[in-house]
Amino acid sequence: MQETVLSVQNLSKKINGKTIVDDVSFELRAGEILGFLGPNGAGKTTTIRMLVDLIKPTSGTVTICGKPVQREPEQALRHVGSIVENPEMYGYMTGWQNLEHFARMQDGIDEARIREVTSIVKLQDRIHDKVKTYSLGMRQRLGIAQALLGRPKLLILDEPTNGLDPKGIKELRTFIRQLAQEGLCLLVSSHLLSEVQLLCDRFVIIHGGKVAAAGTVEQLIRSAGNQVLWQFEHGEDGIRELLKDSRIQLIERIDYGDAAAQPAAKAVTAMSEELIPETVARLAAGGVRIHGVCKAEPTLEEMFLTMTESETIA
Amino acid sequence: MLRLAALIQNEAMKLWLKKRFLVIVLILLILIPVFTYAQHKMVKNNREHFADWRNQTLQQIADIENTLSSDRIPEEWKKGRRIAVQQLRYYLEHDINPSEPSGVQFTREFLGNAITLFIPMLVLAIGSDIVSGERTAGTIKMLLTRPVRRWKILLAKLLALTLYVSLTIAVTVILCYLISGFVFGYGGFGAPVLTGFRLQGGTVDAQAVHAIPQWRFLLMQAGLCWFASMIVAILGLMVSVLVRSTAASMVTMMAAIIAGSILSSMSSTWTSAKYLFSVNLKLTGYLDGSPPPIEGMTLPFSVAVLSVWGAASLAVSFRVFTKGDILN
Repeated sequence: MQETVLSVQNLSKKINGKTIVDDVSFELRAGEILGFLGPNGAGKTTTIRMLVDLIKPTSGTVTICGKPVQREPEQALRHVGSIVENPEMYGYMTGWQNLEHFARMQDGIDEARIREVTSIVKLQDRIHDKVKTYSLGMRQRLGIAQALLGRPKLLILDEPTNGLDPKGIKELRTFIRQLAQEGLCLLVSSHLLSEVQLLCDRFVIIHGGKVAAAGTVEQLIRSAGNQVLWQFEHGEDGIRELLKDSRIQLIERIDYGDAAAQPAAKAVTAMSEELIPETVARLAAGGVRIHGVCKAEPTLEEMFLTMTESETIA
Repeated sequence: MLRLAALIQNEAMKLWLKKRFLVIVLILLILIPVFTYAQHKMVKNNREHFADWRNQTLQQIADIENTLSSDRIPEEWKKGRRIAVQQLRYYLEHDINPSEPSGVQFTREFLGNAITLFIPMLVLAIGSDIVSGERTAGTIKMLLTRPVRRWKILLAKLLALTLYVSLTIAVTVILCYLISGFVFGYGGFGAPVLTGFRLQGGTVDAQAVHAIPQWRFLLMQAGLCWFASMIVAILGLMVSVLVRSTAASMVTMMAAIIAGSILSSMSSTWTSAKYLFSVNLKLTGYLDGSPPPIEGMTLPFSVAVLSVWGAASLAVSFRVFTKGDILN
């Protein structure tokens, strides 16, 4: 069991009587990259702000490296580097002055460290220019440099890809992976799964202020249940026979082929894959002509969309 | 403790790099010569008409007495004029020129006039966005996620502000002296100034009146100016904590200060207005014995009222800043 860097327990926040975050719990262990996903307005940013003590939770606790953030912010936050939403720095100061400013807020950061983080984010050439002349990508990098200053154990990036062009996003991904390889533990939030899917070891999907799903990609897909695709020569008869087993649910039916007598059909069903052999035997005994059987795994993207969109539309 | 020093350095650096102080020095560099020129014109005019300052003072007294006989002037105003006459007479009796032109005298007059409006505005120009500016720019999110307690950050901001308020007063005095001294001469430190007038109703109690050298008077004025400015700065800090937008916080404070100066000039019969902070800002008035905006106000009273306002807004600022959620 690896050391738990971040532990969030039963975190809730009510603002003006409205519950924004509702009983959210998750953990982050050393060396992990956690994707924190959810559509806009799901409560991601509010949760992240509670992690870094910008917002006081109504109930629940956040513990970073064993220190409760709400009661001992000084001890807890020294292990955290964060960018909450946009990487806003002082525009009237140079990048270097900004880093000096934040370095002064923590012990043990010397000029060598400032130079080090500057070169980590490859900002050496422009570090002595005023931040207001920076592009968004450069500001993002300066923000990360700031977050890295205090040699954190946990790096929190809220929507880090917002406003970046594809090249910038790609660079950022490479960069995040590199940081994780160096042993940093990251929490990356996004409203777009595709942007962080390849990056993260585990995901927490939040929707309507609640944790909708959590786990590794495999776990998430397994929890969604297996789908099995059937193909029958005679759709009507085949599906009727198939559904006689109550453990099998029909998700979708697609008719195809000649409509002359009885059209052939594909049936997408939710069922355990252990049931396949006996079902095949049962259908064959019942005279159903099976043209094909195959397992179909939903992609994480599909899952994410069904999980987060169903309720939005409803 | 070392950390606090670093935090103050941060805040002082931010204020410096925002170039606010530079703007203030520029404003002073433009305005002081303008006032100096106006004063110079007046002095020249008086020299042409009067043989010496005694004639001039006598003429002043005669002018005021003329207006006193007019029916159209409200009784409230007359009270103030009568006091002025008595003071001028007192100066004459003691053979002291109430306004011997010099660099120091100009500075004294300038401070006396600037304490209610001009210097508070300069102070607000520096400090009114000290917290709201960080909110508007979003930098507050980075500032408050660092491992530093929020009260320390606000304290550092307050101390940096104190530093700049002190600098503003010092620079105002120094620039006034240097610029006006070029015209009126750099002397006047030892010139006697009368202070200690006690006002009772419409008469002046001259028992406690004594002359002090002008440099001491100026120093006392600067001290009172500093105190009044600090109260304005602290109130500005509170508004800056409470109001998210920089423009709104600036306007709120300006409105409060201007309202006070309007109320003072109404020499109002609404006596409870004396508990408003901005009516009490003209602390230097108590030194030269000009009548207070509302009867019964004294220097200790005004200092007490301002202190209460300052303490209350500090309490509100720290409470809200340390407990409040950062939502924007």
